[in-house]
Amino acid sequence: MSIGLHKSEFSNPLVRWIDQRLPVFTMMQKEYGTFPTPRNFNYFWNFGALAMVTLMIMIATGIFLSMHYVANTNLAFDSVERIMRDVNSGWLIRYVHMNGASMFFIVVYIHIFRGMYYGSYKAPRELLWMLGVTIFLLMMATAFMGYVLPWGQMSFWGATVITNLFSAFPVVGNFIVELLWGGFSVDNATLNRFFSLHYLLPFVILGVVFLHVAALHITGSNNPLGIEPKGAQDTLPFHPYYTAKDSVGLVVYFIVFAGLVFFAPNYLGHADNYIPANPLVTPPHIVPEWYFLPYYAILRAVPDKLGGVLLMFGSILIWFVLPWLDRSPVRSMRFRPLARPFFLLWAVNFLVLLWVGAKPAEGTYVLIAQISTAYYFAYFLVVLPLLAKFERPLPLPESISRPVLGGGPLSMGAAAKPMEKA
Amino acid sequence: MADTAHAAPDGAPRRDFLKLVTGAFAAVGVGAIAWPFIASLQPAKDTLALASTDVDLAPITEGQAITVMWRGKPVFVRNRTAKEIEEARAVPVNSMPDPATDQSRVQKDEWLVLIGICTHLGCVPTGQKPTDTRGDYGGWFCPCHGSHYDSAGRIRKGPAPRNLDVPQYAFTSDTKIRIG
Ligand code: HEM
Ligand code: FES
Repeated sequence: MSIGLHKSEFSNPLVRWIDQRLPVFTMMQKEYGTFPTPRNFNYFWNFGALAMVTLMIMIATGIFLSMHYVANTNLAFDSVERIMRDVNSGWLIRYVHMNGASMFFIVVYIHIFRGMYYGSYKAPRELLWMLGVTIFLLMMATAFMGYVLPWGQMSFWGATVITNLFSAFPVVGNFIVELLWGGFSVDNATLNRFFSLHYLLPFVILGVVFLHVAALHITGSNNPLGIEPKGAQDTLPFHPYYTAKDSVGLVVYFIVFAGLVFFAPNYLGHADNYIPANPLVTPPHIVPEWYFLPYYAILRAVPDKLGGVLLMFGSILIWFVLPWLDRSPVRSMRFRPLARPFFLLWAVNFLVLLWVGAKPAEGTYVLIAQISTAYYFAYFLVVLPLLAKFERPLPLPESISRPVLGGGPLSMGAAAKPMEKA
Repeated sequence: MADTAHAAPDGAPRRDFLKLVTGAFAAVGVGAIAWPFIASLQPAKDTLALASTDVDLAPITEGQAITVMWRGKPVFVRNRTAKEIEEARAVPVNSMPDPATDQSRVQKDEWLVLIGICTHLGCVPTGQKPTDTRGDYGGWFCPCHGSHYDSAGRIRKGPAPRNLDVPQYAFTSDTKIRIG
C-alpha cells in the first residue's frame, strides 16, 4: 500500500483502483451497506427513501420536459399542449411530472407525520429535522413555480395571488413584489424567471437532502420506540435488511403512482388550468394545488391581510422550533398517553384545513377554518409546552431487542451491561 | 508564539482592526457585486417604456364601462350615471376602511378611471359588464375573497385594505385620456 492511498477492502481491481484514490465505494458500503440501523423499523420508515426516488423522477422528467417547453407567455400554453399531443411519449412524461409533484407531497407529508409522531425532531436530531423543514419550503417554492409554467388560468391567477402575498409586508412589500414580477404584473418576465428557478431549485433541494442524510448518518435513525439502540443486538445492517424492506414499499408506491398517471391523471389538478391564462378575467373560484390548501385555509381564516400572511408563513416556520416547544424527553408518542391523542387530533385538524381550504371563504367554512387554525397553533404553543411539564409518560422498554429477542424484564443493573449477543 | 517578545502590547487590537477592515471591504464588495444582479430583476427599460396608453372616451355611453390594458394591468374606465355619482357622494366618508371623498378620486365627475386590480391579493373584480355582479355597494365585487367596492371604487367590505388605485392620467382633449 503506497503512501497517500486509501486502504480499500474491495477486491475487484478497477473498483479498488478508484476506491484507493477516491473512496466513494468505501463510503457507500459504510453508509448504505453495513450501516447499523435499528431493527424495529415499521413501514413509516420507507418514506425517506420514497421521497428520494420521487426527487430523482422529478428531475429526470423535468429535464426532458424542458427540451420541449417554451417559457414565453405567447407560447408556453401551446408548447405544453404540443408535449401532450405531438411529442412522442410527451403525455406520459408530463403526467408523471404533474402527478409526481402530488406523490412528492403525499410522501413527504407522511414522512413529516412520522417524524412528529415518533419524536424524531428531538435531541440530538434537531438540525436533521430543521434541514427537513428547509427541504419542504424549497419543495413548496419549486412546485408553486412549476405550476405557473403551463400558463393556464390557475397558473396565472395562482401566481398573482401568491406573489401579492408579499405586498402585505410594510415598507419592503411592493419592492419584493416587483422583484418577483420583473414588471407591474405577472407577465413574461415573471414566467422566465420562474422557469429558471424551477429548474434550479430541485438541485438545491438535492444539496440540502445530502446534508439531511449526512446529519442522519451522524445521529443514526430514530425508531418506533424512540429509544436509542444500545448495542449490536439492537441494529441490523442496512443492506440487505432495509434495502429489501424499502423495495417492498417502493413497489406499492409505484402501484399508486401508476394508478394516478394512467387512470386519473387530472384528478388532483384543476380543470381551469386547461384554459389559457387571461389577465383580464379572474376565474370565479381560485384554489391552489391540493398540497397548499391547509395554508391557504389559514390565510383566509384571518380577516386582516398582513395577519393572514404572517400566520400562513408562521404555520410552517413554527416547525423549525418544534424541538424546543416540545421539551418532553420521551420521543415516541407510544409512551405519551396525553400527547398522543392531542397529536392525532392535530393531524386530523390538518386534514380539515386541507378540506376547508378548497371551499369558498364564506359562512360556516370561515368559522371552521378559524377554529382549525386556532388548534393548529395551540397544539404547538400551548399543548406541547404544558404536556412536557405535566404528562406522565409510560415506562420505556429497556432496549429495542428485548421485546423481540425475549428474556424476562431486566433488572436496573443488567440493563447497563452491554449485551454481546447480536 | 516564539516572537511574543516582539509583539506590541496592542498587537491583538491591531489584528482585530485588520480583520474588521478586511471584513468591511469584503462586505462592500459583495454588495457591489450583488447590486447589478438585483437590479436585473427589476422592471426592464422596455417594460417601463410601455408606460402610457391612450383611451378614446367618445364611444363609452353613460352607464357603460370598458377595460383597457396598461402596464399589463387592466384599467377600468367607467362613464358613471348621475345616480351612481350621487350615491358615491352621499355616504359619510369616515365610516369607510380607507376614507376618501368621491371628488378626490375623479377629474371629471362622470369619468371614473381605476386600476382594476383588487388591493387584497390582485384578482380582477367583476362589475364591468352589465351582467356582472357588482357587490353590495353597486361598484365592483372581487370573487377571490369577497371584497366589495362602491361606485367610486372604494373598499367598503371584505379583506382588501385599500380603495382601488387611481392611475396617473390626464385629459388630452374633452373625449380622450392618456394613462401613465
Ligand atoms: C422538486 C422537484 C419538482 C417539483 C415538485 C416540480 C413540480 C412541477 C409542477 C407542479 C409542474 C406543473 C405541471 C402541470 O400542471 O403541468 C411542473 C412543470 C414543469 N416542470 Fe417541474 N418540478 C420539479 C422538478 C423539475 C425539474 C428538475 C425540471 C427541469 C429540469 C422541471 C421542469 C418542468 C417543466 C419544463 C415544466 C412545464 C411543463 C408542464 O407544465 O408540464 N421540473 N413542475
Ligand atoms: S384578491 Fe380580491 S378579495 Fe382577495
